[in-house]
Parts: sequence; structure tokens; C-alpha cells
Amino acid sequence: MSRPEDNLPPDLFYNDVESRKYTTSSRIRNIQADMTHRALELLDLREPSFILDVGCGSGLSGEILSNVEPEEGGPHTWVGMDISSSMLAQALERDVEGDMLLADIGQGVPFRPGSFDAAISISAIQWLCNAETSDVSPESRLKRFFDSLYASLKRGGKAVCQFYPKNAQQRSMISNAAIKAGFGAGILEDDPETKSVKLPKSMKS
Amino acid sequence: MKLLTLNFLTCARKSCKSSPAAFPLHPKDAELEQVETEMNAVFLRNILPRLEWEAMRSITTELGLPNLPAETPASEDLVEKDGNGDGDGKDDEAAAGPSQIARDLHALLMETCIASGKLVCGNCGHEYAVKEGIANFLLPSHMV
Repeated sequence: MSRPEDNLPPDLFYNDVESRKYTTSSRIRNIQADMTHRALELLDLREPSFILDVGCGSGLSGEILSNVEPEEGGPHTWVGMDISSSMLAQALERDVEGDMLLADIGQGVPFRPGSFDAAISISAIQWLCNAETSDVSPESRLKRFFDSLYASLKRGGKAVCQFYPKNAQQRSMISNAAIKAGFGAGILEDDPETKSVKLPKSMKS
Repeated sequence: MKLLTLNFLTCARKSCKSSPAAFPLHPKDAELEQVETEMNAVFLRNILPRLEWEAMRSITTELGLPNLPAETPASEDLVEKDGNGDGDGKDDEAAAGPSQIARDLHALLMETCIASGKLVCGNCGHEYAVKEGIANFLLPSHMV
């Protein structure tokens, strides 16, 4: 299967048509829901928390965060960031509960230190490995992202980022950036046979 | 955008990172809307110690909202005093429900939203546009 990351930057790839397809496809919705539940399981939040959703898209993951039952430690309050205005328009149409920013995560996470209990990212950060312009390297964008993400979490806060690396080099590029920022990054590989799903779970110490 | 979120947002420019004037962002030409949401008392209690109360006060003043008290409310002010009185928040919440202070905080943080306008950095003066509640934080490459 071709990788959208190889063809266009995310703000252009996820135009109105692609964003709608993405949001309404039951296959994608199910995958996103599974990933979000898995991320929540790894975060192991015991109480209603303030969560950053990195690459929130049309709010498929956010919707799940908003609907966690009190017995399961929810519901959570979230703020999402996404670079695709079409995706965010889909989220508005679906009336999601979280706040959203139109933003490029490669330019950093614009929140003051210690803001969030936790962060999740579902199928987004592999986009950082593609540099759209010659003056910014993927490494510097990854560094900016992870450094600011680390700072935005409260002490002991965790980030779970699920991503699809293109190859082993991308995987280590991403986990190295996380470790350099201060995260104790661990990579879990779910379903290695069928699809490459990586879930690094990182804690701020 | 909820006023809660505004209490955590800073200017995205690298050159503003170390400047205290880059927080809070100042609302300009802001149109407010009130969006009803269900009260989440435990979330309020969790987020309360993380609020920058001074910033909250200045934001509400700039928006022409009623003045806030000088001090951050204490966690025990969020529950009605006539709880079971053992000082353990959980039982009190269950027994007595949220106080007026908690309901006011919920209305201010979770229900008062900036529908449109601008957020201005006090350090560099950059204006982030807000449309349909979504703030545009994309920086042109020369400003990153």
C-alpha cells in the first residue's frame, strides 16, 4: 500500500475530500478507536484528566476521550492540534467537545510548562519525518516537537504516540528525538505481522 | 475555545519562549459564546492547582467579565460545606454536590468560549486569529 506521507504534506493531503473520506470510513474509524483505547490503556489515567491530542484530525480519538465513563476514570477534557483545516472542519461538523488549534506540531506545542496530565497521538507523528521545505530538517522538527511536548506535560505525565514508521531508520529517528527530549521512550510493536504499529509510551520524570 | 485552554496557551514563537510577557495571550475583538457542558467536579478539582489565577483574572477583565476574587479558590471551596465534613473531597462531593464557586468556575472555564477574534502575544505582538472557536497557530517560516 502506498504511504500518503510520501506524496504530499499533511495539510495538502487531507483536503476536504480526503478528510471526509477519512472521517466517514468505518474501517478507519474502527482502527482509530482501537488505537485510542490501546493508548488509554497504556496511559492508565485514574481520574478525569487534561489531555493533549497531537494530530487530532476530525476528533475521532477525542470523542473517545470525552466519553470515558467515570468508573473508568473519565470523562477527560482534551485540546487537539492539527495542521489540516479540512480535518478540523470535519471535527466542527461533528460537534466534538475538545478545543482545537490549527497548528504544525513541527513548530512546537504552544502551551506553558506542566499544562497536561497526558498526551496522545494517533497516526500522526510519522508525518514529521517528511520535511516539506529544504530549510527545515525532519530532525529539527522532531526535536522541536518532543522538547515542547515534554515541557507541556506535568511531572509524571505520560505521552503515548502511535505511529507508522516507514522503516527502521524512521522509527529510531522518532524514538531518539523522544529520548533526547527527556522521555524514557519504550516502543511497543502491536500486530507486527499485519501492520507496523508502534506505540512508544513515554513518561516525564 | 474555552477560557480554560486560554489559561494554558502561550505564543508559539521560539523567541518568545523565555519571555514572561508571552503568557497569557490577550484576547482582542473577541466574540464570546456560552456553550453548555456537563459539570465534571473531579476534573475541576484536578485542574484548579494548575491554573494561573493572575492570568485568569486579567483575561476576564480584558473580556469585560465580572471580576474574579484575588485568590485562587481552595479545593475544599468546590464542595458544599454541609457534606459529611470529614474533609475527604470525594465523599463530600457525593454527599453535598458542587458549591456555587464550583458552578461559577465551571461556567467560566468550561462553558465560556471565544468564538472568534484574535489572541495577541504581549511580547512580540503577533496576532493569532480565532475562527469558529479554532485558533490558527500556524507560523510563517520566518517567524518560527
